[in-house]
Amino acid sequence: MTPNLHLWWIPLLPLIGAAINGLFGKKFSRQAVVGVALTFCGAAFAYSAYIASRFSSLAIPYSETLAHWMRAGSFQVDFAFYLDQLSLVMLLVVTGVGFLIHIYSVGYMWDEGGFYRFFSYLNLFMFFMLMLVLGSNYLVMFIGWEGVGLASYLLIGFFFLRPSASSAGKKAFIVNRIGDFGFLIALFLMLKHFGSLDFSRVFQGVGPMPVEAGAAGLLTSIALLLMVGAAGKSAQIPLYVWLPDAMEGPTPVSALIHAATMVTAGVYMVSRSHVIFERAPMALTVVAVIGTLTALFAATIGITQTDIKKVLAYSTISQLGYMFLACGVAAFSAAIFHLMTHAFFKGLLFLAAGSVIHAVGGEQDMRKMGGLRQKIPWTFWTMTAGTLAIAGIPPLAGFFSKDEILWRAYQASWIYWLIGLITAFLTSFYMFRLWFVTFTGEYRGGHSHAHDTDTRAAASIPQGGHGHGGVHESPMVMVVPLVILALLSFVGGWIGIVESMGGGDHFDKFLGPVFRASAPEVNAAHTVPEAAPPEQPSEGPEPHTSPTTELIFTAISVIAAFLGLGLAFLLYHLQPDLPHRIADSLNGLYTTVLNKYYVDEIYAAVFVKPLIAFSTNVLWHGVDQNVIDATLNNSADGAKHVSDSVRHMQSGNIRSYAGWVTAGAAAVIFYMVWLGVRVK
Amino acid sequence: MVPLSYYLLLSGILFACGVAGFLIKRNIITIFMSIELMLNGVNLSFVAFAAHWQALSGQVFVFFVMVVAAAEAAVGLAIIIAVQRTRETLNVDQVNLLKL
Repeated sequence: MTPNLHLWWIPLLPLIGAAINGLFGKKFSRQAVVGVALTFCGAAFAYSAYIASRFSSLAIPYSETLAHWMRAGSFQVDFAFYLDQLSLVMLLVVTGVGFLIHIYSVGYMWDEGGFYRFFSYLNLFMFFMLMLVLGSNYLVMFIGWEGVGLASYLLIGFFFLRPSASSAGKKAFIVNRIGDFGFLIALFLMLKHFGSLDFSRVFQGVGPMPVEAGAAGLLTSIALLLMVGAAGKSAQIPLYVWLPDAMEGPTPVSALIHAATMVTAGVYMVSRSHVIFERAPMALTVVAVIGTLTALFAATIGITQTDIKKVLAYSTISQLGYMFLACGVAAFSAAIFHLMTHAFFKGLLFLAAGSVIHAVGGEQDMRKMGGLRQKIPWTFWTMTAGTLAIAGIPPLAGFFSKDEILWRAYQASWIYWLIGLITAFLTSFYMFRLWFVTFTGEYRGGHSHAHDTDTRAAASIPQGGHGHGGVHESPMVMVVPLVILALLSFVGGWIGIVESMGGGDHFDKFLGPVFRASAPEVNAAHTVPEAAPPEQPSEGPEPHTSPTTELIFTAISVIAAFLGLGLAFLLYHLQPDLPHRIADSLNGLYTTVLNKYYVDEIYAAVFVKPLIAFSTNVLWHGVDQNVIDATLNNSADGAKHVSDSVRHMQSGNIRSYAGWVTAGAAAVIFYMVWLGVRVK
Repeated sequence: MVPLSYYLLLSGILFACGVAGFLIKRNIITIFMSIELMLNGVNLSFVAFAAHWQALSGQVFVFFVMVVAAAEAAVGLAIIIAVQRTRETLNVDQVNLLKL
């Protein structure tokens, strides 16, 4: 019997930190705020690491119940926590990367107002994210799910005096609600059909059900609704629009929430529900198609953006698309692998971008950077590691995870693979574009800018007092997390090297028990063994492919990555005026992509404006004013008119009272006489 | 033998006269007399029924009413004298403050 691990401490620790800083932080010094935030976040990380160190001796899956939450008849939900290989990976990624980003934030946010508020929100986010990954049932997961949405909203709108920031926060929150609606309906469906929201009970109920190969049934509905939720949280088509705007938040927030952890919650949720998805091939196809399209779509937008954070935001969307593609071809462990490496290198890229922004005094436009290589060497080298990793250059982390996804995608359909490959090329291209534009060539920011920053910082509520005159390297407290993440981006992929490349494929094997546990039941229970889910995540049965084929595909994707590098080198280093000419020659297309395919405008025209018009004219002026308010006002007016007319009865004149008494008596008498007449 | 309905009609007329006087008149003494008139209108119907049904209870009731009316007259007249002494008027419209 496994001893009680007290997993509940892990989410609770950051919550305590959030509470202390949130309630009392205003009176604390900055050092004290940092102390509290880092202590509790670090403690959560240390505890997670401790559990990881003991992991092999535990009975997995391990679950513990902290308290009963609600009970109604046979329906019961507990505050229960669940640990298996999948949760452990998420746990380490969230606490580890989260802790590094906490450290980084100390340097980045030091000169900002609302310092304690920032760290309180950050710890709050950690609490909810850990609830999400540790919950043992869908409802606890949903608490975390909603909570990270709240923390995301608070942190995007951190500079709330800037209207664009607060509206970006609202946009993120509202778009996420659409997804959450789908998630919630899926929960209701599960509750109705399985009578429980516990992972184990639901999956037990799902286990014996056949694969819905021909027609869409219950499982397909649940899976699709879960996917709606995942698309909202993980910024997939059609709900991705909030993520680019979310870059209004401070850069560490973008790194932590909108790159490394929260946006991957959808991938985690789909992987966690793999038992359901595996039995709903139609839903899996939808997931794969959405993932593929999102990956390509976002990558093309990423090419044209000039804001350094926007490029990374679209890159994040694109990489999340990869993860969903992996989920869609039932390669869940590949998805989680990419999730992990992506957390490393995208967290690193955002932090490095933050360091760049810090260095050039709050400027985010890449066109005003350039030539920063010598001036900020630490940032340069760490960013280089991140760029190489995301571009898929071996032997960095992104290469292995992306390659595994592409390989698995190819086994499902060559179209997925082809689009994935194009996306890999585009990814490499836009990342090196960013890299060349930022770090090579001449500095285009101008010195006046650096001197201006103080007045600019004083005049508006910008991303802060980053300008302290001239381009400068970030302080040590920011550089150290960058270096650690760069190392992780470098070596993080090595644990998942596939066998064809001489690795042990440890990651896939480690996650195996989670994703393969349900597979035998499928084959044993359902009646049509041939209709098994496409490509069970098992590394063994790949009969018609040899390691050589796999290596050829690997070579192709590496070539694609280098092609992207080469193209970026050509366009943005050798011939910097060529991009403009290309853009001019492709005028219409370029403008369309530059304006993000006008998706925001289309959404505004199709959904937002009609909704506002409907709300204004029908709900506000129609229902609210003419029905609800009118009912109330008219009944009040009516009462007033009636009272006005009858108040003359209350004259204070005794004889008029007597008259009324008499009239009343007369009326009663007439009524009784009338009754008597009628009876006769 | 006078029919019962005649009595009742007369009783109703008396009562209506009393009500009318009570509502219309302004002098307290007249109002007081109107009340007596109403009481007596009712008394008349009591005795009419008593005679009609050959039952004594109606007549006994009338005695009670007369006793109460006498008591009321005593108290009421005392009040009227008090009002006249303090206000020097017996017009009810000027005696509407519920205090002396």
